Amino acid sequence: MIESLEDLNEIAQKKLCAQGDCEDEIRVCIGSSCASLGSEDLSKEIAQKMEQEGLQKRCRVKGVGCNGLCSEAILVSHQKKGATSEDLYTNIEASQADDFIALLQNKKDLKEKLYDLQQAFFFKQKKIVLENAGYIDPNDIEDAIAHGAYQALFKVLDTMEPKDVLDEIKQSGLRGRGGGGYPTGLKWESVAKVHSDTKYIICNGDEGDPGAFMDRAVMEADPHKVLEGMSIAGFACGASQGFIYVRAEYPIAVEKLTKAIKQARKYGLLGKNIGESGFSFDIDIRLGGGAFVCGEATALIASIEGGRGNPRQKPPHLSDHGLFAQPTVLNNVETLANIAPIIQKGAEWFKNIGIPSSTGTKVFALTGHIKNTGLVEIPMGMSLRELVYDVGGGASGEKAIKAIQTGGPSGGCIPEEHLDISVDYDSLKKIGSIMGSGGLIVMDESSNMVEVARFFMDFCRSESCGKCVPCRVGTTELTDLLDKFVAKKASKSDYELLKNMCEVVKESSLCGLGQTAPNPVLSTLKYFEEEYLEGIADD
Amino acid sequence: MIKEKVRVKTFKIDGIDVTGQSNATLLEVANEHGIKIPTLCYFEGLTPAGACRMCLVEVEGSDKLIPACTAKIKEGMEVTTNSERIKSHRKMILSMIFAERTHTCSVCVSNGHCELQDQAVDLGLDHSEVPYIHKVFEIDASHKEYIYDPNRCILCTRCVRVCDEVEGAHALDILSRGIDAKIIHDMDEPWALSESCTSCGKCVHVCPTGSLFEKGVSATEMVKKKSIITNLIKTRKER
Amino acid sequence: MKKARVATIWLDGCSGCHMSFLDMDERLVELSEYMDVVYSPYVDQKEFPSDVDLTIVEGALSTDHDIEMIKKIRKNSKKILALGDCAVTGNISAMKNLFGTEAVMQKAYFDLVDHNESGKYPQEIVPTLLDKVIPLNEAVDIDYFVPGCPTPADAIYEVLKAVLEGKEINISELTRFGK
Ligand SMILES: Cc1cc2nc3c(=O)[nH]c(=O)nc-3n(C[C@H](O)[C@H](O)[C@H](O)COP(=O)(O)O)c2cc1C
Ligand code: SF4
Ligand code: SF4
Ligand code: SF4
Ligand code: FES
Repeated sequence: MIESLEDLNEIAQKKLCAQGDCEDEIRVCIGSSCASLGSEDLSKEIAQKMEQEGLQKRCRVKGVGCNGLCSEAILVSHQKKGATSEDLYTNIEASQADDFIALLQNKKDLKEKLYDLQQAFFFKQKKIVLENAGYIDPNDIEDAIAHGAYQALFKVLDTMEPKDVLDEIKQSGLRGRGGGGYPTGLKWESVAKVHSDTKYIICNGDEGDPGAFMDRAVMEADPHKVLEGMSIAGFACGASQGFIYVRAEYPIAVEKLTKAIKQARKYGLLGKNIGESGFSFDIDIRLGGGAFVCGEATALIASIEGGRGNPRQKPPHLSDHGLFAQPTVLNNVETLANIAPIIQKGAEWFKNIGIPSSTGTKVFALTGHIKNTGLVEIPMGMSLRELVYDVGGGASGEKAIKAIQTGGPSGGCIPEEHLDISVDYDSLKKIGSIMGSGGLIVMDESSNMVEVARFFMDFCRSESCGKCVPCRVGTTELTDLLDKFVAKKASKSDYELLKNMCEVVKESSLCGLGQTAPNPVLSTLKYFEEEYLEGIADD
Repeated sequence: MIKEKVRVKTFKIDGIDVTGQSNATLLEVANEHGIKIPTLCYFEGLTPAGACRMCLVEVEGSDKLIPACTAKIKEGMEVTTNSERIKSHRKMILSMIFAERTHTCSVCVSNGHCELQDQAVDLGLDHSEVPYIHKVFEIDASHKEYIYDPNRCILCTRCVRVCDEVEGAHALDILSRGIDAKIIHDMDEPWALSESCTSCGKCVHVCPTGSLFEKGVSATEMVKKKSIITNLIKTRKER
Repeated sequence: MKKARVATIWLDGCSGCHMSFLDMDERLVELSEYMDVVYSPYVDQKEFPSDVDLTIVEGALSTDHDIEMIKKIRKNSKKILALGDCAVTGNISAMKNLFGTEAVMQKAYFDLVDHNESGKYPQEIVPTLLDKVIPLNEAVDIDYFVPGCPTPADAIYEVLKAVLEGKEINISELTRFGK
């Protein structure tokens, strides 16, 4: 039971000492991509063989979360005692346990699998949210504590008032990472202001954008960061109960979070009277059925309440009428994972990363025709070109890059000639896309932009909850219409109708899903109009 | 009786000065002042759904469109109910409702007494601006007194709400989502086998279209008795 | 004043709207001062003329022939008026869409016939059914929509007069879907 900062530090010290005895640490990525290739068995087998070979005294192996380079799975890294950085081995097979034993015994090297960490993929990144991903064992709270977990919580409990926390978060300029970019400090403040005995903090882990897996990685690799962020939010806003809403399709994330909550409760970091401070906070997990619309604030709440996951018209806003009609803060996983670092290192430190209007970092999931597919965390304000060509390594094939899609089904396509813009909320919006939650799809010259728009529209069609007419019918109509353009059978009137309908769906739909569904069409219309015109049959 | 302190708010709708009780919705105040805002999913006395989007209006100072049926009034707000933008949006939304399923007015039991049809007349919609989808569903004629033809349903959810909020049976709900969404009885049972349906018929009478109707009526003959339900809700509230 | 060259045609409809047209009775005489009917089921003219001022179309589009026809009409007419619910919405003709072309063919050529010697659907002479019955405006641009089933004679009269005189008219005051 941890009752004070001293207790916490003691555990951290003990753990570090225990780890310090070892000369070597082998870290096997057990994030979803690597796990799907059998990395957990690999980790177990290495452990077994270490024991057989009597290496367990000076070597240890642990499973760690994703470090981002998913295209090179399985990832295994080797940290030698005293070395400033680890050796990263990529494209490892689940059957290669013996090779690592040989490596530890200096009988063999694995040079051909050694990854050059001096590449831009690594050094241009800036890790806050993912700082521990790839280093700590998400199954072990002590490992997290040894890496600084819950330091911020104790700082808050021991030295800060709720108002100080609110000020710090407001100061930091942190904006919501779930897509909207709403200032987190203001959101918290509006809930803190309301007088109510019951308030809730909800973590949005629904992550429904196709191709996005930023939040999954955070939950899998460093679940305590999320729990800590929620507790601090609870303290700042006067809430004592939190919920994490995770899609059931994320079994590993659910498992890690469940374990983390259990351990945190056991160590007294969740529950009643945390650290003898008088502050109580507990967290429960709620599973979502994987409907994209359930990531929308009001639908998510309806779903937690046990109802059909339908959005409702706002206002009333969540700050005065949220979960069970109580004031509620809803934040994205990544937003919450930024909290502890901000508290720990201060708003000033955070503000120095990124640009004034968009502070800090953003995690992106790179997919499509790009060399380094996977997760990256970059400081805001980096140019899109740097992100795609340096960090992402450029096009994966022979063909040149044509456009970048950000923001998933709510976002837009940015043509190659605009890649010099800065990656931040406002610049992306100005150019007709959005930051979104961090999905980034790279498309090369072989891509047809009308088909891309159609793909996202069809996604919205199948994910629409069906409550309001413009979205329910509009997304179906628009998908059908785009089919005509793809088949090159559209007419001039279809072209007019397409534009009008996009406007109506955007302006009349009830929730964000419908309101943003036309964005992929509108942005491709703006930058690739000729591809639509080619779809018009002349007669 | 204790006098409740009722606050009143003053604002403008289409340039006309209006007043309403502070917790009133825009639509309620407009109705009290005889200003007509088109509605379809709204039904007096039921929780507003904000689903059909026919009642969208503009509020000075924002380019967002908001549904009058759910929006609370604000002191000094200036509301426009009939700009060119709103009118053309409404026409397209109404077109979408007509195009979604299969409304064959000429042979419909509700022909001449249908709120959807009335909207077309009021808005001057003489054809659908969008292609017909004709999403098809099976008719449920299992109940001894009523028929449910989903092909004429506009998913306004009035039936769901009246069954839940007034009858208290919650026999109706929505199955699936998006374009596949459909009103169902219990767990998608035939109506006659629904264990929670009390056969009160409230759903039939709040239904704005010919989707729910009495057995035995033919084209044009189904006249809904909406006032029964509105009066019922009112009397209960007054008790 | 030069008389307007008017055509009328009946595609997938029941002819009810053409009957209603005749129900204008004595007002037809008045209208005939402004228009010549140059192609119509009412007159003996085989080929659709090339220069029509106004074509009044009854019925929805159900076959490949209907599509061909409406495209020709569009090419050869200055204005097109969709007359009646079938032309405007698909109406009764479009109820087929609830079952699909295949089911309808099965019913018509197998289930409900005493014998069908060929054991096949007709392939020649009769046009091929489309997968979906559509209103006119889903194939070509339409200038006027006059709903009704059938459109009342009064409405046809008022609309025609207004169109011929080039005046604005509020169609919703005269007729509606299902009228
Ligand atoms: C259709 C739809 C889906 C959404 N899905 C998610 C999601 O999966 N995860 C998320 O954090 N936010 C999602 N959002 C945004 C949330 O509604 C909400 O704004 C966000 O969780 C707030 O957190 P933040 O301020 O930390 O970004 C979605 C919004 C819409 C309209
Ligand atoms: S916009 Fe779409 S998802 Fe949102 S309420 Fe309307 S139908 Fe449902
Ligand atoms: S429900 Fe109304 S709009 Fe639909 S067919 Fe019947 S009368 Fe026409
Ligand atoms: S059945 Fe009638 S009342 Fe129920 S949702 Fe459909 S149209 Fe509305
Ligand atoms: S009446 Fe307001 S949205 Fe339907």
